[in-house]
Amino acid sequence: MSTQLEERETEAEVDAGHSEPRSAYQERRLDDKEKRREQRERERQDEERAEEAENTVHIKVFRYDPEVAEKQEPRFDDFHVPFEKGMTVLDAVMYARDHHDSSLTFRHSCRQAICGSDAFFINGRQRLGCQTQIADLETPVRVEPLPHKEVVKDLVVDMDHFFDQMEAVEPYFQTNEAPDSDLDEQRQSRENREKIKMGTRCIWCACCQSSCNIAAGDNEFLGPAAISMAYRFAMDEREGGDMKEHRLRIVEQEHGVWRCQTQFSCTNVCPKDIPLTEHIQELKREAVKKNLKFW
Amino acid sequence: MHEHDVLVVGAGGAGLRAAIAAHEEGADVALVTKLHPVRSHTGAAEGGINAVLREGDSWEDHAYDTMKGSDYLGDAPAVETLCQDSPEETIQLEHWGMPFSREEDGRVSQRPFGGLSFPRTTYAGAETGHHLLHTLYQQVVKRGIEVYDEWYVTRLAVTDHEEPEDRKCHGVVAFDVMSGEVRGFRARNGVILATGGPGQVFDHTTNAVSNTGDGPAMAYRAGVPMEDMEFIQFHPTTLPSTGVLISEGVRGEGGILYNELGERFMFEHGYASNAGELASRDVVSRAELTEVNEGRGIEDEYVHLDMRHLGEERIIDRLENILHLASDFEGVDGLVEPMPVKPGQHYAMGGIETDENGETCIDGLYAAGECACVSVHGANRLGGNALPELIVFGARAGRHAAGTDLGETLIETGRTEDSETGEIDTPVVPGSIHADEDAVADGGPDVGDSESRRAESDGGSREGGASVVPEATEIVERAVEAENRRIDHLMEKDEGVQQAELREKLQKSMTRNVNVFRTEEGLKQALRDIREVREQYEDVYVDDPSRTFNTDLQQTIEMRNLIDTAEAITLGALARDEFRGAHWRAEFQERRDEEWLKHTLLSWNDGTPELWFKPVILEGEEKTYEPKIRSY
Ligand SMILES: Cc1cc2nc3c(=O)[nH]c(=O)nc-3n(C[C@H](O)[C@H](O)[C@H](O)COP(=O)(O)OP(=O)(O)OC[C@H]3O[C@@H](n4cnc5c(N)ncnc54)[C@H](O)[C@@H]3O)c2cc1C
Ligand code: SF4
Ligand code: FES
Repeated sequence: MSTQLEERETEAEVDAGHSEPRSAYQERRLDDKEKRREQRERERQDEERAEEAENTVHIKVFRYDPEVAEKQEPRFDDFHVPFEKGMTVLDAVMYARDHHDSSLTFRHSCRQAICGSDAFFINGRQRLGCQTQIADLETPVRVEPLPHKEVVKDLVVDMDHFFDQMEAVEPYFQTNEAPDSDLDEQRQSRENREKIKMGTRCIWCACCQSSCNIAAGDNEFLGPAAISMAYRFAMDEREGGDMKEHRLRIVEQEHGVWRCQTQFSCTNVCPKDIPLTEHIQELKREAVKKNLKFW
Repeated sequence: MHEHDVLVVGAGGAGLRAAIAAHEEGADVALVTKLHPVRSHTGAAEGGINAVLREGDSWEDHAYDTMKGSDYLGDAPAVETLCQDSPEETIQLEHWGMPFSREEDGRVSQRPFGGLSFPRTTYAGAETGHHLLHTLYQQVVKRGIEVYDEWYVTRLAVTDHEEPEDRKCHGVVAFDVMSGEVRGFRARNGVILATGGPGQVFDHTTNAVSNTGDGPAMAYRAGVPMEDMEFIQFHPTTLPSTGVLISEGVRGEGGILYNELGERFMFEHGYASNAGELASRDVVSRAELTEVNEGRGIEDEYVHLDMRHLGEERIIDRLENILHLASDFEGVDGLVEPMPVKPGQHYAMGGIETDENGETCIDGLYAAGECACVSVHGANRLGGNALPELIVFGARAGRHAAGTDLGETLIETGRTEDSETGEIDTPVVPGSIHADEDAVADGGPDVGDSESRRAESDGGSREGGASVVPEATEIVERAVEAENRRIDHLMEKDEGVQQAELREKLQKSMTRNVNVFRTEEGLKQALRDIREVREQYEDVYVDDPSRTFNTDLQQTIEMRNLIDTAEAITLGALARDEFRGAHWRAEFQERRDEEWLKHTLLSWNDGTPELWFKPVILEGEEKTYEPKIRSY
């Protein structure tokens, strides 16, 4: 755990130059505001201690903000929120934000494990906040931003690199054999749909990429999600043979499938149960077969 | 300032489809969205997309079902357009690689859905929306369409001519969520709003946290009427603890509803003796709540939805996602237990008034998707009819904004000869509080506020033929200034009330008072509560001092939109003294066709909502849809 925090600290330093210069007036306003916030914070903590004895859940949330003096040093804040049956980690951080500290920052939207925006590092593992029941976790629950990503603020990380990798594999359907008529379907067998089904379930949450040691060490490695996306298209019988070869060539490049050392961490954390390692292995086999043809 | 031909605000199904269409017509188009596109709520749609694809089915039948489902408040030209365009649009998705479920022969699968006379709901497992959203986004990536993601649009840049019909939209103002920087976006041809539903007005909803009615509220303040806002769809099968949706697909596949006594109440208590569980959503929602109110609910709150008898294989093939939802969010294993369900807010039939091309009464301002009201759903939307709406009207809006001639429209927008003014008896004065400087905190009116009016009459843009219309860029710049003032004000203020408190108050009152069952007193109470929240909002402030990813600021601005939207919903509901579709009133248990075959519209009018009506269009291409009693 402590290494986790150290990592953050280095990131924080790099990040601190992010904001634009501010006028003296603005600085003063920020300071005043900060002081009042601290005052309220103290009052709140007193109140909270009184309530603590009740049925609450204790969460420790990672905090960092490059713009706010006291948050430039990464730290953990403790929140005690009332526990209800069925409560998820997302519910708990939302409660903490809405009732204790409105500056607590995280992404979230659907609350139903489909938008992929609330991937956090919860008790040492990548998970979706909204899909994780508090009751299943040891307390205090530690909520941190995804590891191996630059922290923007609190639980928000920079996702650009992940999106870039996803887009590097040409994640769109391409075929020369589309039917002439606007109303004619391209037939696809049930078996083929079944084969690509899991690969189409990805919600771009980046849990897998964040959990992967190799991705952490090699920034250019396409990573599990992008490779699985390539798999989803390469295996789609509607795209045709030439296209498949083109796709294999993309994943076979230096920072592609061969970097994977089958550690299974991606497969273990994927909230959509996508068999990522299996997809990567199958692409390796396909790539070998393709190369054999040319030898 | 950024500049493009077409700006699309929102990147859910409607926004993405609009952007692709505009791009195909050769326009330089950009998407501006507060979430990354794949985070949009379209991804949550489960059940499917209605399209006539098979022999034995016809667009006329689809149109008939839709008109009946709408309780004869859909406009026939819009409904017919939806049903005619949907097959091609749906197959277009298939050509773009969308992984639909398949039949033995390799064709896409279709299934029965509530209120449909033919099994025409095309689906991809129980995650149709996810696949639709991703397929469209993939096409956007393929085309290299510019996306400003995590940019929050706060205001439209519209000229301030006296009559909305004379105004023109030149762009939007947005801030970069990452850095807090406010910028202007100029649109040479048009702005398309595709901001999705306003579900967050209620506290028990299937909608995402980001669905805050931003589009309708901004358009409303710029002068476009909100249409038929009282018609809110409550979905009969949501999980009690979270509001997460259990797709209608479960009932489509044969799922059964039971009360506490184990009775199949849809039949046994005569709510829908023919269609049973597959009656339309309003009917089933009311049936469930009646069971609960009469003491036959489970834990006085919900009923059971049972799919166990369908067998594991079929469930996994077609409804696998439902198993995950039930277990992740309710701790229930759908293979061995029935699932608890109750009605929850799900969809807004009303929204920004548009014509069949998605255009509003303001020149260059369009809307598509759930935030719009072309009026295809009337008083009640059929399941599976929203996704085709996104792609059909998204594409049309995109094409039209790019300058393509799509022919005459039959639906007229804005005030016309047929408009009729209305009056409602309200317990408090709705709308504007006061118009002094502090109104800045209130977002201020988007156009026509006293300050800019004064500036106008000095500079002279509006009156007389000799006036000089300020340049488009100037209009956008002025809007940016106004927005900077508002944001600075919110940020600098350091005490008062915070949005979370107000949001909770508003949501609770709406759920208590403007729900499935509505009474006059309840609606009036809601208006009083909204008034109170509006007054308190004058004193709202943003506590987080940082400009970096300030979600506190964003939510505070969203809150303003929730207030305006909630008020419009409630005013519409109070005005409509009849029972139609999703709108049930205790005092009025009849559909009153003589008086109410018309749409309710609310206009901003300097901050005080003005009610008026326009007749519904029941005349289609070849026939007129005669209102009949809706029985299932
Ligand atoms: C759980 C669920 C299941 C459903 N199932 C079905 C179904 O099976 N079949 C069916 O036909 N319909 C279904 N519906 C309805 C349908 O999915 C929605 O009506 C539809 O997806 C809305 O799409 P949209 O493109 O209008 O908006 P959304 O997908 O909600 O997108 C809104 C976009 O606007 C952006 N945005 C919003 N405000 C701003 C702002 N101020 N600035 C910048 N960007 C902004 C957001 O970032 C987002 O990109 C379902 C709805 C729900 C909630
Ligand atoms: S593969 Fe799984 S873990 Fe990786 S981004 Fe997709 S859904 Fe998330
Ligand atoms: S909030 Fe959408 S995945 Fe968790």
